[in-house]
Amino acid sequence: MLANHRLLFPVFLLALLVFVTCIGLSASAGNESGGKVSDPKLADGLAAWEQVYSVLTSPRCINCHTATNYPQQGDDRHRHFANVIRGPADRGVPALNCAGCHQEQNADSTGVPGGPDWHLAPLSMRWQDTNDRPLSSALVCRAVTDRSRNENMDGPALLKHHQEAALVLWAWSPGRRPDGSMRTSPPLSHTEFVDATRRWVDAGTPCPRGR
Amino acid sequence: MATYQLNVNGQPKQVNVDPSTPLLWVLREELKMTGTKYGCGISACGACTVHLAGEATRSCVVPISLVGNRRVTTIEGVAQDPVGRAVQNAWVENDVVQCGYCQSGQIMSVVALLKETPKPTDANIEESMGGNLCRCATYVRIREAIKRAAAQMT
Repeated sequence: MLANHRLLFPVFLLALLVFVTCIGLSASAGNESGGKVSDPKLADGLAAWEQVYSVLTSPRCINCHTATNYPQQGDDRHRHFANVIRGPADRGVPALNCAGCHQEQNADSTGVPGGPDWHLAPLSMRWQDTNDRPLSSALVCRAVTDRSRNENMDGPALLKHHQEAALVLWAWSPGRRPDGSMRTSPPLSHTEFVDATRRWVDAGTPCPRGR
Repeated sequence: MATYQLNVNGQPKQVNVDPSTPLLWVLREELKMTGTKYGCGISACGACTVHLAGEATRSCVVPISLVGNRRVTTIEGVAQDPVGRAVQNAWVENDVVQCGYCQSGQIMSVVALLKETPKPTDANIEESMGGNLCRCATYVRIREAIKRAAAQMT
């Protein structure tokens, strides 16, 4: 019996150590700032971010948030045709500018989408890798909240951007494809998107952990 | 149908067309200015390139209702401009044209390129002209003519 107790004690200590470690990890998982996910506001903020992320990585948004020198098009996010490239100001190059086809509003009769100052997002706001794969929720969140990369937007400014920016709004009025069918919109309505953004901002724009 | 007032190559024009009509067909069918060509109809080949307020624009995908008060410049009016004249001269001197179908679009794109980049590098030319296709593959002569035009402009 005594020998068994001597054997069991280290096992018990090891089990206790593993248990405590797991508890600690789960408590800090899911947010960048190290707060507890058991905090309802933080948990709601992180859940709201995942809703925001589902919109940002939908084709209507992410097609112009590439990490490459070209935009994408279509729900399959293929490379933009006609050898269109990013150019130094994210608006194409002379004689092949975005505005050479994309007007200030959708051209439904010809199937070309349009909006004010049609252009690619800057590389600092890329949400894909160079193989055209969407970045993780955590990496997109860090990019969106990094004021050195997001035109110095804090939480309220991000909310305003999602509420009012013309090219953001375009995602919910994307017009018709050349075959006359309607382009798909993001998975949330604009109202739901703004509501999710507001909850995320109210929670302090928390980001998921990890890469 | 709706009535639109246009400025084409400096001349006032009036057309009465369906608002969804592409600018290309207004130019060709209504104004009988057939220098601008129909190629693909989806802005993929560049044959229909004109300038809208100086911007090289694919006229096959721009409905007339979105032209607004921007001035339209077509191949018929390009010689009014010093850069346009230099490009036309270079095109003749280099004997660029083969079948010629794409060339009005090529010239309109080159004029837009040279106005913003008077001394284009090979990379500039490839990037800016990448949306203008030529089935006769006159690309080498196009590049040489661009450089000749650029040299003439100095």
